[in-house]
Amino acid sequence: MGSPVHRVSLGDTWSKQVHPDIQSERHMQSFDVEQLTKILDGGAQNTALRRKVESIIHSDPEFSLKDNYFMTQNERYEAACKKKFHIQMLAQRLGWSEDSRELGYAYRSLSGDLALGIHNIFLKSIRSLGSEEQIAKWAPLCNKFQIIATYAQTELGHGTYLQGLETEATYDAATQEFVVHSPTMTAIKWWPGGLGRSATHALVLAQLICSGARQGMHAFIVPIRSLQDHSPLPGITVGDIGPKMDFDHMDNGFLQLDRVRIPRENMLSRFAQVLPDGTYIKLGTAKANYLTMVVTRVDILLGEVIPMLEKACVIAIRYSVVRRQSRIRPSDPEAKVLDYQTQQQKLLPQLATAYAFHFLASSLLEFFHRSYSSTLDKDFSLLPELHALSAGAKAMVTDFCAQGAELCRRACGGHGYSKLSGLPSLVTRVAASCTYEGENTVLYLQTARFLVKIYLQAQESPGSTSQRSLPQSVAYLTAPDQTRCPAQRAADFLHPELYTTAWAHVATRLIKDSAHHLQTLMKSGADWHEAWNQTTVIHLQAAKAHCYYVTVKTFTEALEKLENEPAIQQVLKRLCDLYALHGILTNTGDFLYDGFLSGAQIDVARTAYLDLLILIRKDAILLTDAFDYTDQCLNSALGCYDGNVYERLFHWAQKTPTNTQGNPAYEKYLRPLLQSWRSRL
Amino acid sequence: MNQDLRKERAAASFNPELLTHVLDGSPENTRRRREIENLILKDPDFQHEDLNFLTRSQRYEVAVRKSATTVEKMRKFGIADPDEIMWFKKLHLVNFVEPVGLNYSMFIPTLLNQGTTAQQEKWLLSSQRLEIIGTYAQTELGHGTHLRGLETTATYDPETQEFILNSPTVTSIKWWPGGLGKTSNYAIVLAQLITQGKCYGLHAFIVPIRELGTHKPLPGITVGDIGPKFGYDEMDNGYLKMDNYRIPRENMLMKYAQVKPDGTYVKPVSNKLTYGTMVFIRSFLVGEAARCLSKACTIAIRYSAVRHQSEIKPGEPEPQILDYQTQQYKLFPLLATAYAFQFVGAYMKETYHRINKDIGEGDLSELPELHALTAGLKAFTSWTANAAIEACRMACGGHGYSHCSGLPNIYVNFTPTCTFEGENTVMMLQTARFLMKSYDQVHSGKLVCGMVSYLNDLPSQRIQPQQVAVWPTVVDINSPDSLTEAYRLRAARLVEIAAKNLQAEVIHRKSKEVAWNLTSIDLVRASEAHCHYVVVKLFSEKIPQIQDRSVQAVLRNLCLLYSLYGICQKAGDFLQWGIMTESQVTQVNERIKELLTAIRPDAVALVDAFDFQDVTLGSVLGRYDGNVYENMFEWAKKSPLNKTEVHESYHKHLKSLQSKL
Repeated sequence: MGSPVHRVSLGDTWSKQVHPDIQSERHMQSFDVEQLTKILDGGAQNTALRRKVESIIHSDPEFSLKDNYFMTQNERYEAACKKKFHIQMLAQRLGWSEDSRELGYAYRSLSGDLALGIHNIFLKSIRSLGSEEQIAKWAPLCNKFQIIATYAQTELGHGTYLQGLETEATYDAATQEFVVHSPTMTAIKWWPGGLGRSATHALVLAQLICSGARQGMHAFIVPIRSLQDHSPLPGITVGDIGPKMDFDHMDNGFLQLDRVRIPRENMLSRFAQVLPDGTYIKLGTAKANYLTMVVTRVDILLGEVIPMLEKACVIAIRYSVVRRQSRIRPSDPEAKVLDYQTQQQKLLPQLATAYAFHFLASSLLEFFHRSYSSTLDKDFSLLPELHALSAGAKAMVTDFCAQGAELCRRACGGHGYSKLSGLPSLVTRVAASCTYEGENTVLYLQTARFLVKIYLQAQESPGSTSQRSLPQSVAYLTAPDQTRCPAQRAADFLHPELYTTAWAHVATRLIKDSAHHLQTLMKSGADWHEAWNQTTVIHLQAAKAHCYYVTVKTFTEALEKLENEPAIQQVLKRLCDLYALHGILTNTGDFLYDGFLSGAQIDVARTAYLDLLILIRKDAILLTDAFDYTDQCLNSALGCYDGNVYERLFHWAQKTPTNTQGNPAYEKYLRPLLQSWRSRL
Repeated sequence: MNQDLRKERAAASFNPELLTHVLDGSPENTRRRREIENLILKDPDFQHEDLNFLTRSQRYEVAVRKSATTVEKMRKFGIADPDEIMWFKKLHLVNFVEPVGLNYSMFIPTLLNQGTTAQQEKWLLSSQRLEIIGTYAQTELGHGTHLRGLETTATYDPETQEFILNSPTVTSIKWWPGGLGKTSNYAIVLAQLITQGKCYGLHAFIVPIRELGTHKPLPGITVGDIGPKFGYDEMDNGYLKMDNYRIPRENMLMKYAQVKPDGTYVKPVSNKLTYGTMVFIRSFLVGEAARCLSKACTIAIRYSAVRHQSEIKPGEPEPQILDYQTQQYKLFPLLATAYAFQFVGAYMKETYHRINKDIGEGDLSELPELHALTAGLKAFTSWTANAAIEACRMACGGHGYSHCSGLPNIYVNFTPTCTFEGENTVMMLQTARFLMKSYDQVHSGKLVCGMVSYLNDLPSQRIQPQQVAVWPTVVDINSPDSLTEAYRLRAARLVEIAAKNLQAEVIHRKSKEVAWNLTSIDLVRASEAHCHYVVVKLFSEKIPQIQDRSVQAVLRNLCLLYSLYGICQKAGDFLQWGIMTESQVTQVNERIKELLTAIRPDAVALVDAFDFQDVTLGSVLGRYDGNVYENMFEWAKKSPLNKTEVHESYHKHLKSLQSKL
């Protein structure tokens, strides 16, 4: 069987042969891998385009990622600047526009290892919050990189809670300027990407004060570095916030403003304006922009977060069919570690989760895009649901992807600890996603707030009108509920309807419980806020169950659409079954609690789960191949398509700077140490 | 001091100093530990540069320098007791990662255990004096846990009376040994011994790898650093490839097995004693899990008392984030876990010393159980601590991601504990093997003793198999003893289920080994339940031993929280076998919330009692004085990226980006 050229791409002379242990996994194909790749890409055309872009990127040595693991933070940042420069040149030459698919695929193949990531967010914010004149002035400057921009919101002492931000912009009518100022230590802007070393301009979120009155958060364009020599402008203290767990390619920065004056025109004024005399005028609400934010959130999941779990699965599963360890039977050779039940239990649920999330995020995006038209007509009724869905999905997906990637890393034993495996960087990258773009607990609780509200509404007016208007993702709350699960045999647990209902049941119960807890506390005299804080643990649980339900439901719906691909449908259905059952078996308490499942049914579900592991095991390599990541993009000594793990690890290790450069510690300390006694003897 | 922390400390219900004495074992230990720590802190020769700003190669260099000063200073200060050495190194090295570490922890002990008197005479003194620096080379590129799978060969040549060492394949290259990459000039190498055409299995050989004086690899030796890792930047983990490399016959460690000059192999008398070293290392790792988790809790809880965010009630000032129920729910069970593991660690250490004495007197009866228990507890505590440290980091929000929090560093240096010294799943299965053996023993009518004695009470042994609904289930959720009982029942049940499923698979598959693999998920669950029971038991047994009333009260709350939180997380197990009822589970959830409220005023004092120096925490967020923000700003300014006002990449790349588009 010939190996697809687009996959075997590192071109190492010693790796012409695919390792027989991984070759044998691809021997019997129960489904068409290529076809599954096309489904994941959203069509054959996309696959073709993606591969074309990948081959352009990978054939250009400027874009090589191979030295990444050996670089200091400083070198990584510099390399990311260099790549950014080259990709802009390339995009200009090939006519790839900023939002083009081509550029998206290029980012994917570079694993996002580019500087100035926030430049674009500045531009998007100007477009959504700026007046027509402001857009006309700043967008071209951005597009041509006449300025390099960032978005400065979080402060040293303030994150999630926008109203708590301390930076002030005080209007001075005499000069028609805003005075932007950091009044305290905790008000220093902290974390914005690109701020540390790169940006010339920042969009600063600050409390607007005009005519002595505080008007809340507004956005201001603040020049921070000289366009001539890049030095910080007067009144600006700016720099890098120092080493982090990862994101070395990004210069996250700090910004302290000491009464910096900017012209009145630099306040973004689509929704609010300050007139020259200091009069403040509101010009409507920014609600319409809300959808853009919600879409961006899910875009990040699909473009950045989920791929990290996918890659971790590819690396760990490929390695697990090449790595042999111990014997299952004394007479056999050492077994592939993927043949151990415990290894399957670690990795295959992660693989199922990666697929589940792919379909979840894709379907959410589709739903959001369908909702565009209604918000354009100023119908904002869908917004609360969209918000709750995106907040919950972000929290769950980033949580599970971070844990899953780390699980994959540890499943590779000692070698997973080496950066050359590629896994540590995946883990540290995806870990950041749990706290950026909204801390996960806060986001889950936003979803919970929506669920409680909907539930209480449905209770207040059990009439048909409210039920008809119940948003689709929570419609199950008023659907007839089973009190006992009818499953008897293992095979019963492989019915999508059965486990979807089980999840709906648990989510409903938890939402009910959380609402009742809240009401009980309020009846006993607590005010709403206090009662809310006292019940957040159960709200959190309810939101998590709801999100799990939504994922299971979405996955089963996606399967229904694959009728014309029975082989693929079958293999994906196993993953869907595994995802649903894995969730049940890790939360048995929730299902046993009110007797919805009996102990005997749990045992039966466990049998079904164990049988699934064996079936999915057979297709595991093909399922990871279908993600179609190139070897360059994986950048892993353990995860290459050809399975030549050990040669590559040895080869890469020999090239590390610790081996190619001298050992100054020997001359300075080791030699004197080794000889200290001798001289005395 | 930060106002919030001052208030927290003033409001504590107990004196943390007394709790520190409990953790150290005695007031005298606390005093001596601090005395040693102060020697370090006050000595101008000990610079504590911030490792976060250094490259890997610089960190290695710092570590080597510290190793050199350690030897000298410990001699000067007269520190020789093992505990005192530990206190010294933990503060001095910060991450407790030392390139010459394996010389002391593996090379010398192996020489002592397995070397003849002559061999000890030859190498012991020089390795103790660091005239030679040794390491221990066991794992290979393609082989880890499964010792028999190692491929390195040592073939005896009677003509020259030498062993010829070879790494016959890529997978046989020695990989991972600490200090091998750049530091060591000797290694104890584990290899398959071949003499007179026959393979006799693994044996240990003393192998010179670098030339004395030049430190260059000797001919036939390929040695180097394995490259960048998740953590352990200070350590030069290495690789070693040997190509027809000859060493004298006398370099095989021959206390037990021997090869005579003519090549005759003399079998060793059986020795269980190597168990001892493993038991020691694993019980040490349990203590490390406690220590690292305690550090992470200290940082996260102090920071949560300093950080203010958002609002609980509109119009009121932003509350300390430690006042949010979700934050308490994230952190306090972890704090309780840290205390639980502290006591388990202390117990393991005591038991090791006790049993070591027995072994000295020839009594090996307790060794199998201890061996099984340390394997499982190493896995249980390291898995739990691993997830908990990361949860502490996440609980610090964005700032937890910065190295100034110290949390990424704690995590990456702790997490290898899950895979080294026995991969955790493999460890759990070792414990399971012991549990299955004990179960079979009970089944065949013999009683078992020790931590597994609960198997004697399994109703299926006495009444009839399978039915369990008849168990007595009066669990008092306010009594640590009663909760221990609940965990005991759960462990018994899961061990029984694993045993029965294993039995069924054996009948079905007709192969014990295949059956074992197909039951291994159940087996791991059984081991986890067993270990969980042991931890709960040891924690609750500790409570009555605490003399001070107020300290006892706060520890009792932590013990309850630890036990109840576990029940809440594993509610399914307790419900499924009727150990608890639905309404009891509801009560457990309510009680947990009450305990969170009860522990809240003592949270800062409880982490203060761990008594970590700021240097050891290595965290701006976790500073004792709580002056977090001003010090974050100062810390960031020290970053190498801020060395110049305009970064060089501006001229190299950004400027051209602006001009060319």
